[in-house]
Amino acid sequence: MDWFLQQLINGLALGSIYALIALGYTMVYGVLRFINFAHSDVLMLGAFSAYFLAPALHNVLPVPSFTGAFIIVLLSMLICAGIGMLIEVLAYRPLRSRPKLTVLITAIGVSLFIEFTCQHKAVFGADTKPFPQLLPATDFHMGGLVVSSNDLLVVVVTTLLLAGLWFIVQRTKMGTAMRAVSFNQQAAALMGININRIISFTFGLGSALAAVAGILYALKAPGIEPLMGVQPGIRAFIAAVLGGIGNLPGAALGGLVIGLLETFAGGISGVSNYRDGIAFAVLILILLFKPAGLLGKATVEKV
Amino acid sequence: MSNSGAKRWLLAGIILSVVVSCFSPQFNRYYLGIAIDTGINIILAVSLNLINGHTGQFSLGHAGFMAVGGYTAAKFTLVFESMVPDSLKPLLFLVALILGGVFAAVAGLGVGVPSLRLKGDYLAIVTLGFGEIIRVIVQNMEAVGAASGLKGIPKYTTFGWTFALAAVTIYAVASLVNSTYGRGFIAVSDDEVAASSMGINPVRYKVTAFVTGAFFAGVAGGLYAHHKQFLSPTGFDFLKSIDIVVMVILGGMGRTAGVVIAAIILTLLPEVLRQFADYRMIIYSLLIIGLMMARPQGLFTLGFKKKGAAEV
Repeated sequence: MDWFLQQLINGLALGSIYALIALGYTMVYGVLRFINFAHSDVLMLGAFSAYFLAPALHNVLPVPSFTGAFIIVLLSMLICAGIGMLIEVLAYRPLRSRPKLTVLITAIGVSLFIEFTCQHKAVFGADTKPFPQLLPATDFHMGGLVVSSNDLLVVVVTTLLLAGLWFIVQRTKMGTAMRAVSFNQQAAALMGININRIISFTFGLGSALAAVAGILYALKAPGIEPLMGVQPGIRAFIAAVLGGIGNLPGAALGGLVIGLLETFAGGISGVSNYRDGIAFAVLILILLFKPAGLLGKATVEKV
Repeated sequence: MSNSGAKRWLLAGIILSVVVSCFSPQFNRYYLGIAIDTGINIILAVSLNLINGHTGQFSLGHAGFMAVGGYTAAKFTLVFESMVPDSLKPLLFLVALILGGVFAAVAGLGVGVPSLRLKGDYLAIVTLGFGEIIRVIVQNMEAVGAASGLKGIPKYTTFGWTFALAAVTIYAVASLVNSTYGRGFIAVSDDEVAASSMGINPVRYKVTAFVTGAFFAGVAGGLYAHHKQFLSPTGFDFLKSIDIVVMVILGGMGRTAGVVIAAIILTLLPEVLRQFADYRMIIYSLLIIGLMMARPQGLFTLGFKKKGAAEV
C-alpha cells in the first residue's frame, strides 16, 4: 500500500510537469494545426534562464527563498514567452500559408538549431550543470511515505497555473479570441480578430508555461543540459495526443496519465528497463483505437 | 526512363562496383571507409525518399529500420560464421543482408499498418516513437549485447557489395515509382482523397512504400554492421534519422538523382570540414530551415516544380 501511494505521489508530480508542457503543444496545435517541435527547447531555455538569473540576482534576491524563486520564475516566464513569440515570427509566420509538411520540417529544424547552438561550448556547453536550489527543500515523512517539498510544490504550482489558464481561455477577451481562431481562423479574421496577435499570444502563453515546467523539472532532475527538454517534451506531446490534441483539459489529463504510467512502470522490476518506451506504446495504442484522443472529438475530412 | 535502359545502367553499376572493388586493397583505407559510408547513405536516402518523397509520408524512424536490419544481419553472421567454410562466406553475407532486410520490412509493416490512419505530424511522431521503441528493446536485449553494444562482427562489407546494392536500391525504387503501379505513390502524395476517388487504394501504397523502404534500410543496416564491425543502440537514435531526412530534403523530396547527390555531399562534407565538426548540426538545422523557407523542393532540382511531393 505504501509502495502504491508513494508511486502515486511521484507520478502525480511528474505528470503535473508533463501536463504543463502538454498545454503548450495543444494550444499551438489548436490555433496553427502543427506540432511545435521547438516547444521542448523553450522548456530547456526556461531552466537555463533560471540557472543564470539565480546567481545574477543573488545580491538583490537571495535564494533559496520564496520571493526570490517567485521573481526568478516570473522573469524566466517572460524570457521564454519572448523567445516563443520570436520563434513564431521568424520561423513559422513566413510559412503560414505553406503546406503542413514544410512547417513541420521547419519546426524540427528550429528545434535542432536551438539544441545544437546551446550545446556549443561558446553558448551553454553540452555538460550537465547543477541547478540552483531555488526553494528550501525538505522531505516530509508520513508513515512509510516520503513526500519532498518539491513534489508538493510541483502539484500546487501546476494546479494554480491550470486554474489561471482556464480563466484566461474561458473568461477573458483574449481567450475568447483564441478559441475563435482555433475554431475557424478565417471566420475569426472576418469578425475583426487580429490573427497574428492571437497566435503570438498563444505562443507566449504556451512558452511561459513551458518555462515553469522547465524549472520544476530541473528542480527534480540531477542537473540541466541543452537536451534536457527532449524526453519530457516528447512525453508531453504524447500526453497532448492522448488527451485529444487541441483540447486543454485533455492535455492536463493526458499529462497525469503518462506521468503515472511511467512512474508505476518504473517501480516494477522487469518492466522498469522499458519505461522509456512506454509513452510511445501508449501513443501507438491510442492512435490505433481512439485517434481523436480521450477527450477529443473525431473530425471528418471534408473535400 | 525506359526499362531496358535502366537495366543496362543497373548492370553497369554492379559490374563497375565489383571491378573497382577488386582494386580496393590498393586504396587508402580511410578513403575506402568513407566511400563505403557514402554508399550506405545512398541506400538509406534513396529508400527513405520512397517513403518521404514519392509517397509523401513523413517518417522520422528510418534509423530504427536500419537498426533492425543491422542487428539481425550481424547476429546471423556471428552465429553461423564458424559453421560456414570460407568459400561460402559471401553467400552467408548475402543471406544475412537479405534476412536483415526482411526483418526490417516486417518492422516496416508493423509501423505502416497502424500509421495508415495518420497523416503529417502524427505520422512523424509515431515513426519517431517507433525508432525509440526499437532502441529501448535493443538496449535491453542481452543476446545482442544490450547497452554495451554488439562487438566482433566480421568485416564482410566491401566497396563492391555496397555500391552494387546501392545500384540495386536505386534501380528498384526508380522502376517501382516509374511503373504504372508506381504512379499511385505520387498520386497518394499529391492528394490522398483525389487518389482514392480515382480507384487508387492509398492504404496499399503507403504500406508498400513503408515495407520496401524499410527493407532497403535493413540491408543498409546490415552493410553498416559488417563495415563498422560494432553496433551500439545509441548509434541509431533520432539524430541518425534526421541525418537521412536532411539528405532527402536537400536532394528534393521525390527526386532520386538529387537525393543521391545530397547523400554523397552530406557524407563527404563532414569529413572535409572536420575542424568545424562542432558546427555540423547547427549548419544542418539552419539548412533545413533555410531550405523550407526558400526552396522546399530541394537544392538539386530544377527551378520549376514537376510535382507537389512537398505540398501535402
